[in-house]
Amino acid sequence: MGLFSRRKTVFVDSDVLVVGGGMAGCGATYESRYWGRDLKVICVEKANIDRSGAVAQGLYAINCYMGMQWNENQPEDHVRYARNDLMGLVREDLGYDIARHVDATVHKFEEWGLPMMRDPETGRYLREGKWQIMIHGESYKPIVAEAARKAATQIYNRIIVTHLLMDEAKPNRVAGAVGFNVRSGDFHVFRAKAVIVCAGGASHIYKPRAVGEGMGRTWYAPWSSASAYALPILAGAKMTQMENRIVLTRFKDGYGPVGAYFLHLKTYTENAYGEEYESKWYDHTKGLVGDYVDRHPVPTCLRNHAFLEELKAGRGPIRMVTKEAFQDPHKETVGWENFLGMTIGQAVVWASQNIDPKHINPELTTSEPYVMGSHATCSGAWASGPADYAPDEYQWGYNRMMTVEGLFGGGDTIGGTAHKFSSGSFTEGRIAGKAAVNYVNDLRNEQPQVSERQYEDLKKKIFQPLENYRIGRNEIVAGTVSPSYILPLHGLQRLEKIMDEYVGGISAHYTTNEPLLTRGLELLGMLKEDLDHLAAEDLHQLQRAWELHHRVLASESVTRHTMFRTETRWPGYYYRADHPKLDDDDWHCFTLSRYDRDSGEWELEKAPVYHIVD
Amino acid sequence: MPTFVYMTQCDGCGHCVDICPSDIMHIDKTHRRAYNIEPNMCWECYSCVKACPQNAIDVRGYADFAPLGHSVRVLREEAKATISWRIEFRDGRVKNFVSPIRTTPWGSIPSPVDLAPPSAEAMSSQELAHEPDALNIASLPALTPDQLKQGVV
Repeated sequence: MGLFSRRKTVFVDSDVLVVGGGMAGCGATYESRYWGRDLKVICVEKANIDRSGAVAQGLYAINCYMGMQWNENQPEDHVRYARNDLMGLVREDLGYDIARHVDATVHKFEEWGLPMMRDPETGRYLREGKWQIMIHGESYKPIVAEAARKAATQIYNRIIVTHLLMDEAKPNRVAGAVGFNVRSGDFHVFRAKAVIVCAGGASHIYKPRAVGEGMGRTWYAPWSSASAYALPILAGAKMTQMENRIVLTRFKDGYGPVGAYFLHLKTYTENAYGEEYESKWYDHTKGLVGDYVDRHPVPTCLRNHAFLEELKAGRGPIRMVTKEAFQDPHKETVGWENFLGMTIGQAVVWASQNIDPKHINPELTTSEPYVMGSHATCSGAWASGPADYAPDEYQWGYNRMMTVEGLFGGGDTIGGTAHKFSSGSFTEGRIAGKAAVNYVNDLRNEQPQVSERQYEDLKKKIFQPLENYRIGRNEIVAGTVSPSYILPLHGLQRLEKIMDEYVGGISAHYTTNEPLLTRGLELLGMLKEDLDHLAAEDLHQLQRAWELHHRVLASESVTRHTMFRTETRWPGYYYRADHPKLDDDDWHCFTLSRYDRDSGEWELEKAPVYHIVD
Repeated sequence: MPTFVYMTQCDGCGHCVDICPSDIMHIDKTHRRAYNIEPNMCWECYSCVKACPQNAIDVRGYADFAPLGHSVRVLREEAKATISWRIEFRDGRVKNFVSPIRTTPWGSIPSPVDLAPPSAEAMSSQELAHEPDALNIASLPALTPDQLKQGVV
């Protein structure tokens, strides 16, 4: 009897399996139940769905709301906005699909009990900006989770999904997922007819600005461990736009958001000498990207670009001018509650450093890069579009199904659909949920096949870091330095250093080139080999080990995509110094990749961008 | 700012362990009370602070950029449906804020199972649950695929 044979294996069979219980996962769970009354709908979450995902802490605004009932915006307007912000490249079919449904989602949130702010004069939702509405969202996530709990056959908290299962009766079809309970250590085999991946995007793939104890003060949640990408990549799904990482301009150290400050409080930025600086860089930026700099609003990456150039010219720090707006007590309250509702850490930084924005204009900074498909970037899986209008090349079956049969996604997982945020992610989960129910109904009694060998092989692999620790630990007296293994934190810090130095992180001023990327891939290759020697002292560290696996695979995808796209499409997010200009002749297209898990080889190709909206 | 737990207030109930999104609040085996096992993976989300029935959990700003002497305290009261914040600066200035958290009773959201089942026709339409009613407009908007363009627009 070895260590592994004593470990309990729990089998759970379902029709629809939702991986991840954040905003998208809750939407997928709710909608799957609505359309699949007799189906078994399971949601698996590595934390507790009441406070999981990127909205765990709350939100002070819903950033994607059309207001069609008041004719404020139409879905077409949102497509134009997202396309403009992403320098021309979005999946317009998917973006339109979210925009046409999202208002209904928000109205349900209000009905369920989410406190919305209203304009006292018009009675409409209080606008922060053209797309954003303001909420008292401290309990946004627990409210949405309640709807999912009511809908699910069962929610499994504290189970981290490490791999998807593949059907052995039909190639390229998903058959479920495996993972383990981070409390009991039980191995879980979830067999399912359809799987909806709603896991988190990628924080901590680049070295963060904060060091030591503050390392967790990343902009996106530290528990967003790239499972949104690693799970589909390992299953052989095609990914798109993985090079399209995001860099955020935020308040320094706490990464407090600037949206409400710019849009609602009407604060503005200036350099260290009190000068407006963005217009200074207009000609320079135009030389890089051409007419895109004349679009309104100016694409986020280009505003970052001006910020970075001004810093390089030695006129930092850039500050947010808050002193004027904060003299208004209402605006001061909004400014503080904005942080308390979604980035409490910024309030702590300001309290600790005696920064009262009524009297001091606070510093801004640019964050380390992140990869995620729900905010203002497009990274993620290549998914089938809506049946009623998606172009043929974007449509191969069910809405939001990836290039693997039966495998669906929402939120951070799905690529090409920037600016969905919390409400759009929930909505995309709903779209995927209905499509998955249709898929399951069409399958009838056809059951995907999973052999004992498939899940037993994965089980051995998943728990190996515990064994590595148990054996290797006896080789040394004490401490963390071993010649035989590395700990998850060691691997994470090596990953962040590689990505930072070779793939355009903060210390490289977001700049890379082909020789750097080539060397980065060599080092990532060695890191991947070393992952076989990860050691986990306990189940918590075993969770960290598999989060690291997911981050490394997503990082390799980012690096390969960055190498493939030989242009600088989004200056301010990253720079290919060997191809410093935007190149619409060759690169007005999507990048697609597919990973072969057996050979470890990647195939990259281009896919056309179809504009559906004028 | 990473969390920490006051020895004299914690009774080891484990609410923080149950809720922490980062899985970093654990029970110390010797003292049988909770503590933050991995401060550098803490997002200062305050989920544990809000969940603690003893108010035993507090936050001290990250050592690498937050000077000592500050505090940001919170009281989340589901019965009153409010969240109250008290911010104390290093130099002693204080600010207080109170916000609503929910407008309906906890547990009041209906299950979709309690609603009338959708028709077969609705199953194959583009409409999602509660549409078109919940859109507050007459019908779900749609595009036609006859105006596809490639190139820069």
